[in-house]
Amino acid sequence: MQITKELVNYLEALGRIELTDEQRASSEKDLQDILSYIDTLNELDTSNVEPLSHSFPVTNVFREDEVRPSTDRELILENAPEKTDACFMVPKTVE
Amino acid sequence: MEILKMTALELSKAIKSKEITVRQATQAVLDAIADYDGTYNCYTCVCEKEALERADEVQKLIDEGKLDASPLAGVPIAVKDNICTKGITTTCSSKILSNFKPTYNATVVERLNEAGMVIVGKLNMDEFAMGSTTETSYFGATKNPWNIECVPGGSSGGAAASVAADEAIIALGSDTGGSIRQPCSFCGVTGLKPTYGSVSRYGLVAYASSLDQIGPIGKDVADCAAMYSIISGRDEKDGTSMDFEKFDYTEVLKGEVKGKKIGIPSDYFGEGIAKDVKKKVLAAAEKLKEMGAEIEEFDMPIVKYAIPAYYIIASAEACSNLSRYDGIKYGYKSESARNLRETYIKSRSEGFGMEVKRRIMLGNFVLSSGYYDAYYKKALQAKKLIQQSFFDAFEKYDMLLGPVAPTTALKLGESLSDPLKMYLGDIYTVMINIAGLPAVSVPCGFDSNNMPVGLQLIGKPFDEKTIMQVAYQYEKATDFSDKKPNLIKA
Repeated sequence: MQITKELVNYLEALGRIELTDEQRASSEKDLQDILSYIDTLNELDTSNVEPLSHSFPVTNVFREDEVRPSTDRELILENAPEKTDACFMVPKTVE
Repeated sequence: MEILKMTALELSKAIKSKEITVRQATQAVLDAIADYDGTYNCYTCVCEKEALERADEVQKLIDEGKLDASPLAGVPIAVKDNICTKGITTTCSSKILSNFKPTYNATVVERLNEAGMVIVGKLNMDEFAMGSTTETSYFGATKNPWNIECVPGGSSGGAAASVAADEAIIALGSDTGGSIRQPCSFCGVTGLKPTYGSVSRYGLVAYASSLDQIGPIGKDVADCAAMYSIISGRDEKDGTSMDFEKFDYTEVLKGEVKGKKIGIPSDYFGEGIAKDVKKKVLAAAEKLKEMGAEIEEFDMPIVKYAIPAYYIIASAEACSNLSRYDGIKYGYKSESARNLRETYIKSRSEGFGMEVKRRIMLGNFVLSSGYYDAYYKKALQAKKLIQQSFFDAFEKYDMLLGPVAPTTALKLGESLSDPLKMYLGDIYTVMINIAGLPAVSVPCGFDSNNMPVGLQLIGKPFDEKTIMQVAYQYEKATDFSDKKPNLIKA
């Protein structure tokens, strides 16, 4: 797999991050090194192997749907960088 | 006996028998932090006032006989800074969470509170637990107490170093790909990575949710076993936590090495392992053989695919988990953002360090359309094969034995410039997380530079008991865990 400048830009956009030019150049090289190594996985024969996401079999975990107190709104808002009228404040999104 | 030299179990016993007060114990740890943390930088935050108040509360409960059942009542503890503590900053050693004060406690924190333990502070780590050196911390690197020019390992580097430097009696860390075991190996202390699902992850800031587990780091096996008995068990707030028989730490002290079948994966001693590490780990195997274990080598060729599979799975989960940092709900918000898009991009770009950004990009890559099957799905298939090779080995052996890391602690700065090199150091630990197994790291000697070497014992799922029994007997038969570095006052 070849890492290009365009791919790095695309990955920045997907992750909502922006690198400096210097970071971009080093990332291109680092990601290339890492992916070249990761590509050794292609040697492993995985035909007919079911992908495993959970280490151990976990079925749906059910509980009774009881009314319980949830976290206080004021508490949740304590960590918000900006808040107003008991709400999170965000920049205007619709013109 | 001096408070700081005691194990957690000894200290609790002395507190219960009124030789020492909880306040004295807490003060002793706070004083040690004041004296030494300027040198080692283990802590991101010390909560002196809260700790001393809490110490008096706990003393009262102990005096009233309400904590008789807790093996660690009254013991001061330090907690890795990715475990939520109500009202106490939980930063993940990241700028983006540098002012974050959780409004609730992680389940493990609730449990150690119930057990009458006293939190003295939060411990430095690699940013969001991504790294193996603690150098990616926004608050600066932690130094290895055995040599301050070396890294303590990571990501629970602050936790392992604090125990090694007697700045903590015992600590909680977390392990996603070796983050408890490897720093324990580098700092000459003991740590347990529990079976996936045995300790609640509720309130552990997520890195890679299918791999993360919280576990103890302590001076010896018995302390880790006692701590594990306190934090383990089903929690309804974590759907992946499992129901199993209550762990009794005193069982760990009763076991025998004799007759245990221990397998050594020959692929754990291949290319890249340092000569001294190999020598010490094989000497440990020899020692266990003398003590009556049956030791046998076997091939485990899948070892070489562990790191590729791990970095795909961990990065994929990390990029999803870290999408929550948006500069709006909590955490850092960029001052210069003018619209919503800029709020996301600038807050994240200014708030995350480079290693975190790298893993976000790698994760987005392996999950992006066109690459998903070739990378992410392939890694989950490899996960299945890796777990199967462990299960096959456990048909023949009670546990597996190997090194924790291919080297002893590296010099500060050595691996920062070369991320792939840092990743390769995780070769012996990541497989255990992929397979969901428990593993313990215990000191087994020193290299020619007098840096500690760790031995790893890997167990069957939910069989922490057997590996800890053997580790306990090994520790008793050797004196590596008793050795202490010469500490440097700040």
